[in-house]
Amino acid sequence: MKKLLILAIGLLLPTLGWGAEGGYTYPHDKITIDWHDKAAMQRGARTFANYCMSCHSAKYSRFERVGKDLGIPDDLVRENLIFTTDANGDPTKIGQLMTVTMTPEYAKQAFGVVPPDLSLVARSRGVDWLYNYLRGFYVDESRDIGINNGVFPAVAMPHVLADLQGLQRPKYKTVTTDGEEHEIITGFEMLKPGSMTPSEYDQMVHDLVAYLDYLSEPYRQTRKNVGTGVIIFLLVLLILAYFLKKEYWKDVH
Amino acid sequence: MSEKQTSPGLLGWIDARFPLTKMFEEHLSKYYAPKNFNFWYFFGSLALVVLVIQIVTGIFLTMNYKPDGEMAFASVEYIMRDVNWGWLIRYLHSTGASAFFIVVYLHMFRALLYGSYQKPRELIWLFGMFIFLALMAEAFMGYLLPWGQMSYWGAQVIISLFGAIPWVGDSLTLWIRGDFVVSDATLNRFFALHVVAVPLVLLLLVVMHILALHEVGSNNPDGVEIKKNKDANGIPLDGIPFHPYYTVKDILGLVVFLILFSVVVFFTPEMGGYFLEHANFVPADQLKTPPHIAPVWYFTPFYAILRAIPNKLLGVTAMFSSIVLLFLLPWIDRGRVKSVRYRSTAFKILLVVLVISFFGLGYLGALPVDDTRKFMARVFSIGYFGFFLGLWWISKNETTKPVPERVK
Repeated sequence: MKKLLILAIGLLLPTLGWGAEGGYTYPHDKITIDWHDKAAMQRGARTFANYCMSCHSAKYSRFERVGKDLGIPDDLVRENLIFTTDANGDPTKIGQLMTVTMTPEYAKQAFGVVPPDLSLVARSRGVDWLYNYLRGFYVDESRDIGINNGVFPAVAMPHVLADLQGLQRPKYKTVTTDGEEHEIITGFEMLKPGSMTPSEYDQMVHDLVAYLDYLSEPYRQTRKNVGTGVIIFLLVLLILAYFLKKEYWKDVH
Repeated sequence: MSEKQTSPGLLGWIDARFPLTKMFEEHLSKYYAPKNFNFWYFFGSLALVVLVIQIVTGIFLTMNYKPDGEMAFASVEYIMRDVNWGWLIRYLHSTGASAFFIVVYLHMFRALLYGSYQKPRELIWLFGMFIFLALMAEAFMGYLLPWGQMSYWGAQVIISLFGAIPWVGDSLTLWIRGDFVVSDATLNRFFALHVVAVPLVLLLLVVMHILALHEVGSNNPDGVEIKKNKDANGIPLDGIPFHPYYTVKDILGLVVFLILFSVVVFFTPEMGGYFLEHANFVPADQLKTPPHIAPVWYFTPFYAILRAIPNKLLGVTAMFSSIVLLFLLPWIDRGRVKSVRYRSTAFKILLVVLVISFFGLGYLGALPVDDTRKFMARVFSIGYFGFFLGLWWISKNETTKPVPERVK
């Protein structure tokens, strides 16, 4: 019976890869996010405010909460993270949601689509995808924005981090799958270097993804801390429950 | 039990007006359960606990949730971020939904193992099956409420299944949705049904399930009727009072369950995309169909049966009959021996086929279809239906082992 149970649990809960569209993408690196590395998240928050928030909102999050969770004092949050204004033209209040000033209509004219809200993007796409996506922009003259992406083909977003990363061109290789020939990207070569070295850029993207990861579930660390306590309590209760049962059942034969 | 309890004090006062002590005795302290319950007998009481968890967390969720196409998604994130302990309440509820199905599937499998659906427990089984049906409706409608992409498109796909019914199909789907597509109107009615109507039905059915059980008495792993052997006081020789024996034992089972449950709630609430699907972190968008729509894991076995058959009407029929057949189990099984312990090898093989098919279908139902998977889904579907056909066939003249007089 125990074997059956183990089998049942094992079969019930397999972890399948997600992003089920499959297909080949480049780059395809993995990253690990250290949830205790507040410094990385703070740097990511600054990049996010400077490069992303003019178009992308994080409208389920509040500036104040981010400041508290990442250990950024309120005045620094106001100076470095809040660039928007409210209806009266005053700077957005710190307790407000992290919305964007660009109207959806304007965004649609500019990009063809409304840039998605990024509060939950780390949960819907996953951190690896984000890390690769932000490093996967390349020059593609055939498109009207002149840019394409190895992870997200025909992407509508321009390469806003090009000043930092520089511009790169893909190197292709021809492979045959199921009798059909495809060109796949095997690497990038730099056309015009940016202000950062490749490793500095990777680190910056890592920090940005760490921040997005935090943003997608701000209470994650609390959740784990509470969980540890709950499980320790239950383990103690388990011992008591075991002996209680044993005591009552000693006269059942 | 016959003489009226006339205890002094508050209890006596209540007992003279309401059968409190009588009910306590009938259902707990003088309800005699077989003494040989094993691991599989934890899941009934666990299902009851999960039901309570779902009702309590659900009540707290409704305090902040907004059943409105424009606000639903944001209100869930508001619960996750701004409501004190909101994340915990939400994860308890979302994990509870999956836990409910795990517990109920194991509870049903127990009935299959030990023939708990057989005479004289057919009604217990039928009430249980109606609970299962209500639970599926409850889970399906609850899954729409977060108003994410999977909520929306999952609902769209499942509701459209009713469109396969000849003549009335289209009007029926329109009637269910209240609109031509899944919309605010659908969300509102699903909310009403999820928080009021179905829970009421569920609670009523649970009461009937337990009343029927306590009328007949519990089955056990030996499939022996303990009421056949009673002592001078009319107490079954192999029975022990449910309270305190099984209350303390079930507390032990409950604590083990809560540990596993907490591991998921606190450490992996998404369960790798199975309990909370990744695509559901994107708000519902009527104009953007996700590339791969998969129902939540507890529906995937039935969904795989549907997809295994190329014709939509036949597929829907097969899917519904896979559940209808479960209802008919007490009459499909013509055997007299209840427990797997004394049944034939053929029965054991059929049971293994059912388990493998069920898991196989569940696994395939979560994946996008391709030719190999479609073929495998057909094999497993044959396995699933083969169980019922085979059971009907073999149980007529089954070679069984001798059943002991009393429980071991």
